[in-house]
Amino acid sequence: MYTITQYDAIVVGGGVIGCLCARELTRLGARVLVLEAKSDVAAGTTAANSGIVHAGFDAETGTNKAKLNVRGSAMMPGLTRDLSVRYRQIGALVAAKGDEGLAGLSILLERGRKNGVAGLSIVRGEALRALEPNLSPDLDCALYAETSGVVCPYGLAIAAMGNAMDNGATLLRNTPVTSIEKCGGGYLVNSIYYAPAVIDAAGLAAHKVAALAGIGGLKQHPRRGEYLLLDRTCGGVVSHTVFTLPTKAGKGILVSPTADGNLLLGPTAEDLPEGANCAVTAAGQDKIMATAKAMVPSVPLGGRITSFSGLRAVGESGDFEISYNDGFVVLTGIESPGLSAAPAIAELIGEKLGEAGLLPEKPTSGFDPIRTVVRPKEMTDVERDALIRRDPAYGRIVCRCEEVSEGEIRDALRQNPPALTLDGIKRRTRAMMGRCQGGFCTPSLLSLLSRERGIDETEVKKNEGESFVAHERTKGGNR
Amino acid sequence: MGSEIRTALPEVKVGLLVIGAGPAGLAAAVAAYDRGVRDILICERQDFAGGILPQCIHNGFGLKRFGEELTGPEYAGRYEKMAEERGIRIEYGATVTKLSNDRRVTVLSESGMKVYAADAVILAMGCRERPRGALPVVGTRPAGIYTAGCAQKMVNRMGLLPGREIVILGSGDIGLIMARRMTLEGAHVKAVCEVMDHPGGLRRNIVQCLDDFGIPLYLSTTVVEVEGEDRVTAVTVAEVDERRRPIPGTERRIECDTLLLSVGLIPENELTRQAGIEIDPVTNGAAVRENRETSIPGVFACGNVLHVHDLVDFVSEEGEIAGNAAADYLAKQEKIETAPVARVTAKNGVRYTVPELIGEGETKNVTVFFRVSDSFRDATLVAENENGVILSKKVRRMVPGEMQRVDLPREKLVGEVTLSVAPQGNS
Repeated sequence: MYTITQYDAIVVGGGVIGCLCARELTRLGARVLVLEAKSDVAAGTTAANSGIVHAGFDAETGTNKAKLNVRGSAMMPGLTRDLSVRYRQIGALVAAKGDEGLAGLSILLERGRKNGVAGLSIVRGEALRALEPNLSPDLDCALYAETSGVVCPYGLAIAAMGNAMDNGATLLRNTPVTSIEKCGGGYLVNSIYYAPAVIDAAGLAAHKVAALAGIGGLKQHPRRGEYLLLDRTCGGVVSHTVFTLPTKAGKGILVSPTADGNLLLGPTAEDLPEGANCAVTAAGQDKIMATAKAMVPSVPLGGRITSFSGLRAVGESGDFEISYNDGFVVLTGIESPGLSAAPAIAELIGEKLGEAGLLPEKPTSGFDPIRTVVRPKEMTDVERDALIRRDPAYGRIVCRCEEVSEGEIRDALRQNPPALTLDGIKRRTRAMMGRCQGGFCTPSLLSLLSRERGIDETEVKKNEGESFVAHERTKGGNR
Repeated sequence: MGSEIRTALPEVKVGLLVIGAGPAGLAAAVAAYDRGVRDILICERQDFAGGILPQCIHNGFGLKRFGEELTGPEYAGRYEKMAEERGIRIEYGATVTKLSNDRRVTVLSESGMKVYAADAVILAMGCRERPRGALPVVGTRPAGIYTAGCAQKMVNRMGLLPGREIVILGSGDIGLIMARRMTLEGAHVKAVCEVMDHPGGLRRNIVQCLDDFGIPLYLSTTVVEVEGEDRVTAVTVAEVDERRRPIPGTERRIECDTLLLSVGLIPENELTRQAGIEIDPVTNGAAVRENRETSIPGVFACGNVLHVHDLVDFVSEEGEIAGNAAADYLAKQEKIETAPVARVTAKNGVRYTVPELIGEGETKNVTVFFRVSDSFRDATLVAENENGVILSKKVRRMVPGEMQRVDLPREKLVGEVTLSVAPQGNS
């Protein structure tokens, strides 16, 4: 016999959209359950994308993409402040060449103004050089978007989920959705979780989850984007996000500092059949390097520390597809600018569910929108000294490249949502993300994780399934 | 006293501050002490001394220094004891986070943050291993990919076996040592691949770690792709042409659960760069004079932070050079900056030299360490400047994997000196 647990809303998928939905619905007083198939939130599309908060001039006026991007971008400064997420409004430049390029930029400028984007202008010649001295001299004009920014995408998702949990939301990881039944005016998920509202934010799998609820006909396919990441010492080569003119396949390859100060190159755009994996290819890497060099000739490719790829969900309409089916909300086609739009998508869903009378009419005064994370590296020396005197764990450096202390690792293993894997620690603290890529600190993190979670070191995983880090004990290694 | 708000940390004065208690830092501190320096502090980020040596449990250390074969922990132990006997202070768990161009050193430890104002500083931070991301290896990013040093720590210090079916990319010494180590632990090392046409590590390690265990070494071969979603399931290797590009059609798939990387060491010079010290683009370490003084007076560098050594014995030797020089610098009443009298440049066949600069010194000869870019047999090593040939010397055998040294007469070292290998005898 099953015990059925009842919620006000069930969010399927712990990506940045799902996590922000969970937080928004919790803020509105709902009891929320988040079901995530993988071992952690922010492990799919959210884990590997450009991390750009777009200004909103790209999408056709009147589309969901345009409206939600502009709104989301405006929400981002306040949201990231409340959640202690790294975000920098560094501005973007869409660089082009000659009269033809200028004509293309004028179209973007016009569209941006129609979309309600503030702070747009066209810069040329000396003014452009002054903004971005390392830009290729071939590129002589650019659209400057002051409100464009960079954010840590997985940091935003983790913080939103953590804040929702701090306010009462429940997260279940390693819990794929296998069945959805409509009954009693709501939905029974996996035969044990019941809620009158379901938000299907399952990203690449959203159409499959919808099909479980009997909502057919939705189609999505993965588009793979490869990236190259350069050391923090290279982050200053450009000070804005630099694009070239967009094409049908997307906004093209960009060169940008990240929220954390690295330099990011990419993405490629490769349409693939369902089930494609996150591999990087020689062709993709070559293309990124060649394009980045054409845009910024002095880009120091020798400073690369890793390459990775991510999959984004492409729908049939080319726009974000948001459908409401009797309390079952389906989100498909959430490709770029999905990250920028995420806060606005969450807000919109909250409004729609409220209008439909699916949210409890409870006062929301109990909600605390603030989540804090201790970040010693961002403190002054005096503040940091005082912190360490209070808690010496913040003075024990575990990851030397990113200067991450044992205290921060411990926080990542305890704070909502606690890290369960090495990748979980990585995304919360940046340990292993530096120039040595975990060569020095992986063994220490393995020990800390095993100790904190009370599991054997041989049971520690990198992320999913059988991704064990150590195979077994050595002959003399039984302790 | 009262409620004044502190805006900066108070400074603590120190005579000589050594960054790192590995073999270079320990030897430097001991040498400085023996030359009369008493106010010495070593800051070590780990909880123990010896740097990487405590995880190098194989033997072969110390033949030149101590005339006997020691294990890594034994070699480190000897120097640790020397430091202890002299009462040299070592602060453990102390990470240096900042180094300024006026020798102010910010140190973070569990007791808080401190700023030391040092009269002299010795940089001995060592090196790190090149990670996968720096290589053109495509495919997925599963668990089971480790640098050789990381695997070594897991096996030798934690008692954890990273995997059972192993492919090693790179024939650097740590990779070779780990091929043997993993085999002794019951793992199956299926291949060691080296992108160059010659091994990266010492010849004795090729013999003792691969040949003796029947482990195949594939030269001019690299790993081009990794497979596996959760954990590595296979790698694809391919032969490369003379420009190290994979040759299509030579690909071969090897099933394995682990890929170990031994693809080069990078001196850890983030602090050095932060202080604005001049860096040699080839060694990736500070450009130094023969006494290992960097472009900032009173700041010296030694060991693998300066250039990657093949034998720890030479690291200790270089530590002594730096330690002695720091002691001399501290003993000088007037600190007069003098311009270097010569600059040594690596040319044809010579990849780099240490030192890069020659100052005013008293010794008859200056020892120049260097590495060659190719294998040479019965070649001629030539040092020359605008006045002519300074030294021409027959050398029987030189390989890139082994550090070379040559003594040059100081009196002739002026202006732009080049060190090169004469083309004949290139094998």
